[in-house]
Amino acid sequence: MSDQSEKLQQQVLQAIANSQALKIVGGDSKYFYGHTIEGELLFTTQHQGILNYEPTELVISARCGTPLSQIISTLSQHNQMLAFEPPAFSNNATLGGTIATNLSGPRRAYAGAARDFVLGCRLLNGKGEILRFGGEVMKNVAGYDVSRLMAGAMGTLGVLLDISLKVVPIPEMESSLVFELDQQRALDKIHELSSKAWPISASCYHSGKLYVRLSGAEQAVIHTSQQLGGETLNQADAFWLQLKEQTLDFFQSEENLWRLSIASDAAALSYEKCLIEWGGALRWIKTNDVAENLFATAAEWGGHATLFKPSANEASQRFQKLSAPMLKLHQQLKQAFDPHLLFNIGKLYPEL
Amino acid sequence: MPDNKQTPLDKTTLTNKLLAILPEASVLHQDERLRPYECDGLSAYRQKPMVVVLPNTIDQVQAVLRMCHQYQVPVVARGAGTGLSGGALPLEYGVLLGLAKFKNILTIDAKKRIAVVQPGVRNLAISKAADIYGLYYAPDPSSQIACTIGGNVAENSGGVHCLKYGLTVHNIQQLKILTMQGELLTIGGSGLDSPGYDLLALMTGSEGLLGVIVEVTVKLLPKPERAQVILAAFDDVVKAGEAVGNVIADGIIPAGLEMMDKLAIQAAEDFVHAGYPLDAAAILLCELDGSNAEVSEHVSRVRDILLTSGAMEVRTAKDEAERLVFWKGRKAAFPAVGRISPDYYCMDGTIPRKQLPRVLQTIADLSKEYNLPVANVFHAGDGNLHPLILYDANKAGELERTEEFGGKILELCVEVGGTITGEHGVGVEKINQMCVQFQSLELTQFHAVKAAFDPDGLLNPGKAVPTLQRCAEFGAMHVHKGELAFPELERF
Repeated sequence: MSDQSEKLQQQVLQAIANSQALKIVGGDSKYFYGHTIEGELLFTTQHQGILNYEPTELVISARCGTPLSQIISTLSQHNQMLAFEPPAFSNNATLGGTIATNLSGPRRAYAGAARDFVLGCRLLNGKGEILRFGGEVMKNVAGYDVSRLMAGAMGTLGVLLDISLKVVPIPEMESSLVFELDQQRALDKIHELSSKAWPISASCYHSGKLYVRLSGAEQAVIHTSQQLGGETLNQADAFWLQLKEQTLDFFQSEENLWRLSIASDAAALSYEKCLIEWGGALRWIKTNDVAENLFATAAEWGGHATLFKPSANEASQRFQKLSAPMLKLHQQLKQAFDPHLLFNIGKLYPEL
Repeated sequence: MPDNKQTPLDKTTLTNKLLAILPEASVLHQDERLRPYECDGLSAYRQKPMVVVLPNTIDQVQAVLRMCHQYQVPVVARGAGTGLSGGALPLEYGVLLGLAKFKNILTIDAKKRIAVVQPGVRNLAISKAADIYGLYYAPDPSSQIACTIGGNVAENSGGVHCLKYGLTVHNIQQLKILTMQGELLTIGGSGLDSPGYDLLALMTGSEGLLGVIVEVTVKLLPKPERAQVILAAFDDVVKAGEAVGNVIADGIIPAGLEMMDKLAIQAAEDFVHAGYPLDAAAILLCELDGSNAEVSEHVSRVRDILLTSGAMEVRTAKDEAERLVFWKGRKAAFPAVGRISPDYYCMDGTIPRKQLPRVLQTIADLSKEYNLPVANVFHAGDGNLHPLILYDANKAGELERTEEFGGKILELCVEVGGTITGEHGVGVEKINQMCVQFQSLELTQFHAVKAAFDPDGLLNPGKAVPTLQRCAEFGAMHVHKGELAFPELERF
């Protein structure tokens, strides 16, 4: 529970002096995500502690090494939560890694992603400077939105020291429904449901079943359940937790696990082992097909593929290739934040 | 950074080069035709542009940008010109790039729940076009009848519903932009996220400094089954502020939660006769939306909370017509204030809501000190304060006093942990207060971000992010908490 900013800053300054690349490590709960990289380890877990939590202001600020579980339990004491329902993948998950990876859970399509809830941050950039962007208020358009840019940058632009997030109330009631349908009918059904203002907060399809979670005011959830039909899902909380944490049977695999983020109305894909989330916009695929085919399939549907969890030490590019002008812009931004090329080199793309 | 006082091309040469790219009608260079473009919604700042171009294809914009890049001519992009921070203020020696002709809605895809639109499409026009599918575009700045989506993206516009539905950044999915070099980039995609850095977030609110937006894909939401508004009157603004916190603490996120103080209530009532209680020190408007059952449940709970929080009176709109009347007063608050004062100056700070009593009291004290009345309109749910300073530009020195007063309000917002701008942008107006909000290291980082997109500094120069030099000069006048700002800089 202490401020390690100066220590971390010293390590960065030393790394500049020694031209030593750094590998930022929090709880290492998402070690499998992104490319395997080299570098002197920069540990963030000691830099922890909740700095400010104001339930009626809907904001929490904490140091990057704060365990995600601590954030979630603190919020729940005030009947609040992180709306993007981040996966932890281990008890060690930290706030910093949660934001740096921008991974979001089942509620994402209905409430927003991690990046949508970032209000501000304190950043240690590649010059060893500590900078503050954004703040703790809901609306802030002073300067470029650097804090949101950090979400999903995988630590390649700097070390997120402190982060402020918008939080939301825990819904009064949740109830989940199950419909037995084939894949195409399930997709049609979820599109039909999504076109109306039903209080849907998650959707999932696999193995012939469409799961739909309803969240909101008690009367709204009860009324909607009656209207939509389907079977009530027992132990629904456990189901959505297993989905979020990827402990469902589907995710236990000897094959590569691919994540395709594509247009929600994409048709059923040709891969047999597929789990669908986010109203059709997220497709998890288990396959050992060559990477190029997955990237091409995603591109065909206006999106991108990620080799999320390789089965073995897979040498393939993990993330969808950027166009040449986009890559150049990414390299220029990398230069703007990390001119000595210190942080997580190659974690996202070899050129960054 | 180009020096605004120097012209890389003289007006005749520049005009001729533009006429070689664009049809004659799309190049405005005659004095009387330039006049309408000399300011945006912040009319206190005026500057006639050297030339205005009004292209209507992406190829034309690309050609203009390439030519300007080649000759190092600065470019300012402009949408409908409704911005309130002077973000589209032209340059004496630059091109004003008007995007008003890009007014086509290209696609509405009801299944994907998106609309693909050109940047000059009006905000409200999107919701109107989506209405037949039962969908709408959520961000609704008060100027939505006139403001365009390109400008909304450039400013990250909010509106009265952003507490629940988010800002522009939360409601767009893809952008097509042209860089200053004329490179066409697609940012975002058809999925809910995209590979690499979140350039969609970086572009949103970048005030035309990073690229020119030529196409926007917005997300559409299903229209809620029902919306209901509650009007509560308080004899004390502090009680009204506490009531807002109490509603949120109860776990309800209203679709909109707005506050107006006595002067704003009076001005609005005189103007639109919304039936506002004139004896109140503050009113709250609380909109709840969702399914019929949910709204009924929440209306009853919010009524109880407001009464327990000390409301003198709580009214629920009896029908849709009355709901619109309740909102009419709020939405017309700015023009209503415009009727009771020759001029007004709208501020845009955001504060942590708990600081409201202190901030309102300090504004009231400053109002006496400067002898300038203030009407307060407040997006209370998200802490975004719009104090309107009433002044008369024809009185010598009054504008200067108003600006100084406004500057102090913004500095107060920073001091209590807030920001100088919640939704109107920095533009030219708040450029000095950026020196209060940020230190030189952060400003230097902003300039590095700018250089990654536009190394020559040709897009909208002089806006949004001040030079360190400017801050040093400003800091010499405003010593903050006894600390000299930017001590590392030499003074001249």
